Amino acid sequence: MNLDWLEKLDRRWLFLIVGVLTMGPLLKPIGVPLGSSKPVQQFKAAIDALPEHSIVLMSCDYDPGGKPEMVPPTRTAFRQLMEKHCRVVITCLWTGGSGLVDETIESTANELRAKGMDVVYGRDYVDLGYKAGYEAVMVLMGKGIANAFPQDQRANRTASLPLMRDVRDYSSFALLVNISAGYPGTKEWVQQVNSRFHLPMVSACTAVSAPEFYPYLQSGQLKGLLGGMAGAAEYEKLRGEKGAATRGMDAQSFSHVFIALCIVMGNVVQWTKRKVPR
Amino acid sequence: MKRELPLLITAVIGLFMLLSFYVPHHIVSVPADYLQQCAVIVVAFGYVLGGANALTVNLSAIARRQPDWPYKVVLVATLVFTVAIGLKEGRHWQDERTISMFLYNQVYSSMQGTMFALLAFFIASAAFRAFRVRTLEAGLLAAAALIVMLGRVPIGDQMTAWLPAPLRLGAVQDWIMNVPQNAAKRAILMGAALGVMATGLRVILGIERSYLGGGD
Repeated sequence: MNLDWLEKLDRRWLFLIVGVLTMGPLLKPIGVPLGSSKPVQQFKAAIDALPEHSIVLMSCDYDPGGKPEMVPPTRTAFRQLMEKHCRVVITCLWTGGSGLVDETIESTANELRAKGMDVVYGRDYVDLGYKAGYEAVMVLMGKGIANAFPQDQRANRTASLPLMRDVRDYSSFALLVNISAGYPGTKEWVQQVNSRFHLPMVSACTAVSAPEFYPYLQSGQLKGLLGGMAGAAEYEKLRGEKGAATRGMDAQSFSHVFIALCIVMGNVVQWTKRKVPR
Repeated sequence: MKRELPLLITAVIGLFMLLSFYVPHHIVSVPADYLQQCAVIVVAFGYVLGGANALTVNLSAIARRQPDWPYKVVLVATLVFTVAIGLKEGRHWQDERTISMFLYNQVYSSMQGTMFALLAFFIASAAFRAFRVRTLEAGLLAAAALIVMLGRVPIGDQMTAWLPAPLRLGAVQDWIMNVPQNAAKRAILMGAALGVMATGLRVILGIERSYLGGGD
């Protein structure tokens, strides 16, 4: 079979197909049925197991580049924590992330308020914002949260916030929920905080970094793991929500199938060329 | 002295911070906390240094009319503009309708999203043109990549719904991630951790001096 045309295929055709396969399902969702993997079930169970009014540290370590994968689990985890009547302290260790994190948390809080939930900033949740220093900040927080973050994202004095009166250091938290797009993120929280201060933690990370965290999951250092948009979509399904991750799964499914086809077709072209005697 | 003093400071601080791991007494923990706070401040100063470096490098490139110098003009202009707006708006930068938030939401956020979105297109093109199976190892890698890629998305299970549950793409993908991938990753992590420990010790003991510069 002559596949020369395929070999000489203008790559703009590939771009066009990827564009159509991504945009199409986003505009008109098909709703490919979702499953739920064990690490995702463990993630949800770790939050479910928290006693009411527990204080949870939520470190959202990402910036707008990771928005499609990171914002959906941030929203869902925050909703689950608020519905459990937990109190949440939010931090961000990524330079460009604090604005997005604050907007995400605030819009989710507004959504909960619109549903009639009594969610108050300073009492139920606090956004401490960004702090430069990577792992040094993680270790510094172990000596006192207010010490590391004297002011919150809104320039309030941390010590003046009602929730922060019950927060001293890592021993004040029942769980660390880390939403991580890279460095610093889950790996550093496991190494610097989970191992040293014995704070139980769960992680929602990008799909590309998920394989790196499987050893931590198997060793029990991570109580649960959401890998990429697929993990976030499964989490939404477990929670009975239909958020941005669920809507994005059709597009991601078709794109993955197409990229798999590209690998196969690229090699088929190569093999047919090899068989033709020169 | 120019080299010995930094080596001595590194050794003393390094050993002291190691000691603070094991000695909770305030004689050790208080200075250790202070040093950690210093580290945070030093990192923050790194951003100032980075900004100054970006200005120096790009302004000199503009002055010498190096290739693509107009892009460097855009870079310098936006850097100066963003910093000036940040300084002007100060603590109120997050209020509604500030220029800082406009720049963050409409420029920074959109551009970062665009950069990452482009990856999907280039990955498709690279998958078609560059992912060639020429050896057994490359074949194994391609097979694992295809299974994981399809097994990670719900459509993978739908495509193999006719197979018994343990043979469906999702289950095979889970096995790859939990067994061979995990074993290899664990070995890499342990190797890297040992390497970090060895490098740390070499720095503390003054054997590793490359951080001082000068090609020593």
